Amino acid sequence: MKDAVETPLNEAEFHINDYIRLEQMPHFLCPGCGHGIALRALLWAVHELGIDKDKLAIVSGIGCSGRLSAYIDANTFHTTHGRPLAYATGLALARPDLHVIVITGDGDSLAIGGNHLIHACRRNLNLTCMMLNNEIYGMTGGQVSPTTSPDRYTTTTPAGNTEPVFDACALATAAGAGFVGREVTMQVTGLKNLMRDAIQHDGFSFVEVISDCTEIYGRKNDLGNSPEMILSQKSQMRPDAYRNTVDVPFRPNALTCGVLTKTDRPEYGKAYRDMTARLRGEGK
Amino acid sequence: MNAPVRNTNVQLMNGNHAVAWGVRLLSPDVAPLYPITPQTPILEKLIDFQSQDVLSTRLLTPESEHSAMAGAIAASATGARVFTATSSQGLLLMHELLHYAAGARLPIVMFNVNRTPAAPWGFWPDQIDSLSQRDTGWIQLYTETPQESLDTTIQAFRIAEACEMPVMVNHDAFYVSHAVEPVEIPDQEMVQNFAKKPDRSLWLETGSIRSIGTPIGQAGWNETRREMDVAMQRVVGLTEEAGRVWGEQTGRHYGPLDFYRTDDAEVVFVTMGSMAGTAREAVDTLRRNGVAAGLIRVRLFRPLPISGLRAALAKIPTAIVLDRNYSPGLGGVLHQELKAELYGMENAPRMHGMLAGVGGVNVPPETLEKLVIDYKDAEQSQSPIWVD
Ligand SMILES: Cc1ncc(C[n+]2csc(CCOP(=O)(O)OP(=O)(O)O)c2C)c(N)n1
Ligand code: SF4
Ligand SMILES: [Mg+2]
Repeated sequence: MKDAVETPLNEAEFHINDYIRLEQMPHFLCPGCGHGIALRALLWAVHELGIDKDKLAIVSGIGCSGRLSAYIDANTFHTTHGRPLAYATGLALARPDLHVIVITGDGDSLAIGGNHLIHACRRNLNLTCMMLNNEIYGMTGGQVSPTTSPDRYTTTTPAGNTEPVFDACALATAAGAGFVGREVTMQVTGLKNLMRDAIQHDGFSFVEVISDCTEIYGRKNDLGNSPEMILSQKSQMRPDAYRNTVDVPFRPNALTCGVLTKTDRPEYGKAYRDMTARLRGEGK
Repeated sequence: MNAPVRNTNVQLMNGNHAVAWGVRLLSPDVAPLYPITPQTPILEKLIDFQSQDVLSTRLLTPESEHSAMAGAIAASATGARVFTATSSQGLLLMHELLHYAAGARLPIVMFNVNRTPAAPWGFWPDQIDSLSQRDTGWIQLYTETPQESLDTTIQAFRIAEACEMPVMVNHDAFYVSHAVEPVEIPDQEMVQNFAKKPDRSLWLETGSIRSIGTPIGQAGWNETRREMDVAMQRVVGLTEEAGRVWGEQTGRHYGPLDFYRTDDAEVVFVTMGSMAGTAREAVDTLRRNGVAAGLIRVRLFRPLPISGLRAALAKIPTAIVLDRNYSPGLGGVLHQELKAELYGMENAPRMHGMLAGVGGVNVPPETLEKLVIDYKDAEQSQSPIWVD
């Protein structure tokens, strides 16, 4: 059982500089990139929970999203493209005392690493996955991803995207994740609260953050600059993105945010430890 | 024989765009591709060509390199002509299927941009990604310039299809992939005649029942490797022939090995890829200073042109092998291969294996010149030497 559940919330004021590696600054994100907002919200949640940085393990994949681990002043593990959940599974099983948080992208966890996501959901091991969905492979220069909205221009869809999209939250729920939520970067406080609840959940928690790739996706699709992209998060852009896959839980013109799924399915790490204790004849 | 047609269509472009031009001229049937730095400009240029309607190839963008190679294998198994491109982690992720493609005798052509593998993460030129695939059955060629990358992409199809083995062509990250140089674009009709698609002996067709990959007994499996051995033995000759005919058509001649000022040389560099450009400069300076230096660039690495190397090196007292790769516990891969190939040869040169430019560190010509001065008359080095 993680101690954060018992730890009282940290009342001290949140200063992001206490949680980042200043020697890594300036960071490499483009101006206005939503990933920076998500990073702040995550660290704010960590602060509120009073998590000791020595007990925090950040495991990231590869991408602009994956790059965030380099900036966090904790135990960080920059893995391989699509595989952070596989690494994190080993880490969380070996060290149940750690808070294991995965940072991944839409390409990282839904394209090349899709297999690991569904199995992490199914196992329900105690770790948290924050997926930054900017609808694009940002790091490699803007190729289509499994969440790119219909008709959007990317370097691999010069005539507009014709591929259907994934609803990552519906996928995670169907695959058995104990906790599933979504938030936009426009709602920083809401995102912080959601991340806090996700980290506290005993089991696999999945949070989709609607982030913006301003520099590549925004530019190529004439979506305005950063404030305009952020403001349009709730009203226009996202409902379109999912229109052709699911009607529910989206209302016609808004995107459902907050906690979407919460179950008390058995946590896998505990089930595993109980089994090994049984085999060793402990607790007889 | 026709005189070479000097084409006036010269454009400035980088090495990756030159590869895409080679693909465009031949327009293979299918190309599954997945982005990775520093290969991505090949993918992007091909999509650009497709959207301008000057490339008829069907491009697929699946969810990983593993899927890209699976798609390439299946498309090739139907008899289609297939191209793909990748780099570093992408190539490593394909590893399982590289064996499959070669074992199934599928003449897929792949361009790989040589880049360091993780961990730690880096984006730098280093050839260990492709060299660590040397036992998969893929023919491997290494190029030095954007022009050569264009020309070799086309030659690769001819070689692959003649012996029904897959070919991987490699150039170095950034030094070649992103360096912009004038590149002559050959005439498309000439290219298509040069690399006419031959009939294939093995492919899936619905008219007759065939299967690929079916489990087989020990003797049958053994037989497939013997057949691959026979095919591989033809590759040096096929590479010579493709380079010669290409030279007749374009004036640019290629072979499995590229010699520079080796005729009366007393010391030669042996290397692959862009390092040869630096070595050429060092050779020129050394020659000006009265040192009889030369360069042998290995263009065909798998299979190694053994008799060519033996013949060339028999006359030369000292060989300095420059490896931009490091195989832990072994040293430089090219150095080790040369030691094996020259074993037992009379008058073999004294060899020195230099780990030069591992991880993409810059090796200026002056460093290479100093290596010659320091090692020209030295006893053969037993262990690899890290070059600063
Ligand atoms: C095996 C492998 N293939 C390809 C790549 C190249 N690559 C790096 S990041 C990336 C896409 C990242 O997209 P996403 O996960 O959405 O992250 P973002 O940059 O958008 O945050 C790709 C294809 C790689 N690192 N490894
Ligand atoms: S490329 Fe896009 S996702 Fe990456 S840092 Fe820039 S804005 Fe952000
Ligand atoms: Mg993305």
